[in-house]
Amino acid sequence: MRKLSGIALALLWAATGAFAGPSRVVSMNLCTDQLAMLLAAPGQLASVSYIARDTRASAMAEHALAYPVNHGLAEEIYLLQPDLVIAGAYSTVATTEMLRRLGIPVVVFQPANSLQDVRARIEQMGEVLGREEAARALLADYDQRLATQEQVGPERPRAALYAANGFTSGSMSLAGQILRAAGLRNIADELGYGRSGRMPLELLAMSEPEFLIGTSPYPRAARSEENLAHPVVRHLAARSGAGQMRDADWVCGTPHVLRAVETLAEERRLFVDKEDRE
Amino acid sequence: MTRLMLTLTAAMLALFLISLTLGPADVGIGESLAALFDESYGPLTLVMREIRLPRALLAMIIGGGLGLAGAAMQGYLRNPLAEPGLIGVSSSAALGAVLAINTGLAASLTLGLPLAALAGALAGVFMVMALAGPQGGSLTLILAGIAISAMAAALTSLVLNLSPNPFAANEIVFWMMGSLADRSMLHVWLVLPFALAGAAILLTLARGLDALTLGEDAAQTMGMNLNRMRLLLVVGTASIVGGATAVAGAIGFIGLVVPHILRPLVGGQPSRLLWASALGGAIMLQLADIAVRIILPSRDLKLGVVTALVGAPLFLHLIYKTRKGLA
Amino acid sequence: MSVLSVRNLSVTLRNRPVLRDVSFEIRAGEFVGLLGPNGAGKSSLMRAALGLIPAAGSSSLAEMSAAERARAVSWMPQSREIAWPIPVERLVALGRLPHVPQGLRLPPGDQMLVDQSIERMGLDPFRQRAASRLSGGEQARALIARALAQDTPLLMADEPAAGLDPAHQISTMEVFANLAAEGRAALVSLHDLGLAARHCTRLILLTEGGILADGPPASVLTPALMARAFGISVWHEHTAHGPVFQPLEVL
Repeated sequence: MRKLSGIALALLWAATGAFAGPSRVVSMNLCTDQLAMLLAAPGQLASVSYIARDTRASAMAEHALAYPVNHGLAEEIYLLQPDLVIAGAYSTVATTEMLRRLGIPVVVFQPANSLQDVRARIEQMGEVLGREEAARALLADYDQRLATQEQVGPERPRAALYAANGFTSGSMSLAGQILRAAGLRNIADELGYGRSGRMPLELLAMSEPEFLIGTSPYPRAARSEENLAHPVVRHLAARSGAGQMRDADWVCGTPHVLRAVETLAEERRLFVDKEDRE
Repeated sequence: MTRLMLTLTAAMLALFLISLTLGPADVGIGESLAALFDESYGPLTLVMREIRLPRALLAMIIGGGLGLAGAAMQGYLRNPLAEPGLIGVSSSAALGAVLAINTGLAASLTLGLPLAALAGALAGVFMVMALAGPQGGSLTLILAGIAISAMAAALTSLVLNLSPNPFAANEIVFWMMGSLADRSMLHVWLVLPFALAGAAILLTLARGLDALTLGEDAAQTMGMNLNRMRLLLVVGTASIVGGATAVAGAIGFIGLVVPHILRPLVGGQPSRLLWASALGGAIMLQLADIAVRIILPSRDLKLGVVTALVGAPLFLHLIYKTRKGLA
Repeated sequence: MSVLSVRNLSVTLRNRPVLRDVSFEIRAGEFVGLLGPNGAGKSSLMRAALGLIPAAGSSSLAEMSAAERARAVSWMPQSREIAWPIPVERLVALGRLPHVPQGLRLPPGDQMLVDQSIERMGLDPFRQRAASRLSGGEQARALIARALAQDTPLLMADEPAAGLDPAHQISTMEVFANLAAEGRAALVSLHDLGLAARHCTRLILLTEGGILADGPPASVLTPALMARAFGISVWHEHTAHGPVFQPLEVL
């Protein structure tokens, strides 16, 4: 049935000349899921990855409920009979190779490591879906929102990103760029972390960040997140007037990163005002 | 004899001080030690008291415990290849710990984590003793160890993979190799009672282990109760290994290397080896923990990597030496 | 004075009876040799008498507490295990374990017993050598010295002469004989009938889990009993050097 209606829709678009791209697209990566959901024509996107429905990782978990999910396995994706598969750079090579051998075109998206990369991914998604028009509109909105966040004056306060397993992110990562766009100064840059890496707790404590941006722990505990409950982290969080948490908006190079920038910029404004008053 | 004890104690304390002054933050020796006692150093005091002090203390407690457990186990089984890490006791403890974390037991009960690890260790020791008791030779012991380790590691992976927490799956390295990075005083208080209780239990075995040098029959006719000894050994070892694994993961080879090096220095006598191995274990784990910080300061190199690099060749050497007994 | 009293001792191992209704008594001053073919139950008899394996019937030693028994008998198993490279002096001192609380140094009286035991077994030159690295004969003597240091009225040994050269076989048997002469007692299993004939004061001949003969050597080592127990012929003569006994051929 689904297949029939898909073909019917494709025929319809082909007839009206509004359709130039693939008609049954399967996305198997959380970030391409979101870009595809933002840009695809109705009925064009046949399936997204199951992680797209995870509210902790996906900024569009509710949207994803409207799509059937896949688990990134060659067999289930083949049976969906897509005419295009979109994968992320970290998708299993064995799976994408298998799909290619079966004659299904696979496009691999590189992860976005900067706010500029986000623009490029939006454009790329527009191209592969044949939805350049929609991509242009999304980009214009993105550029405008980003421009309103342009900061004047010195970057402050000094902030630290601190995640599970003690990971931090520098200015060559998306999270680092979100931090900078919101007008904060990243201690990871002082300590020489360009991309992401494990930061010993000791360095975090010695650098005395005024603003600690952590991740909220998952409901089922893991030892990897134990470092977030370390007395030193709690001490720093208490000083910085905690509450700064990374969420799904931070994960992928989609326009939703601007939500993260806007929230963080608001937090920063409150912090700076309070400090200036004191 | 007492000279050996003094030397070992001095080395242990010296390493403790070195460990305290070592860290990614570039601070002078005097300054860092002063900050330990003086609040006015700000973040350095925090670093010293909440990060470096617990780390150095844990290396001493856990290393000492593992050295002691190894010496006791070797004495009882009269086999220099017996070591909690190698025979699957540590992996079983790790399984217990992982289960406790993933079922929420660790969060809902203060001692839930170490108690669950202890239960895992108990199961591990019990199985090893049942499969390869004193009558079983080295081969049985090693085979039993391989089987139990493989089983525990597989179940640990399974539990971690089933966890809805995306970070859990990456933890297998920690549980199998161990680390003392970024632990807190909370962990010290968590492991200390288990280590002390285990040590107190194992040290009562001293006379019995000496008598066992002459075999089970001789030991029994010298008044030793072997059933009671076995029970104490199982409980004491599980307590130490369970507590240690709960906070630092499974760290192997300490209980193999340390008794082997110290045995000639104490005249081979199992009772004297107990104390010496406790001190030696504290020294070895501190050395390993210093090494991981010097070799790859910011990468959290796992302790088990260093102890295995030292221990595995020695293990091979011991197998080579005992291979006649294995066949 | 009785140092061991065994009444109707029976042992079953894996549903196979290995000892049936064995009764005997050993008194101070006796050096008893336990003879019998392989599988006759010599080791089982001694271990059951010690209470090391479950048995029906009674044995005075098996009924004692572990601590009491450790002061009543010292036992030298056949395996001669020395697990660790422990110096001979300390190995012998292990014999004092049942008598003294744990400590780094032995009380002077105990140390004297250790020294005497070492001297008696001719181990003085080996005092500081690692026992596990000595020759087989030296190890056997070190283990006997250990048992001597336990200073018990009764010594029991499973084939203490096995694997020793003739000189050490003789001197080992003489040590037990002298102990018996001093008023202690010894029960040892033996395969060497010649040694048994010359040194023991009494022999117990065990076949198929039961006692075939029990008495002075001359009454046990008869051609008829030897033929029945071992299926061998023997040559036996009293010489100026004492009794000489030689197995000849399989019948």
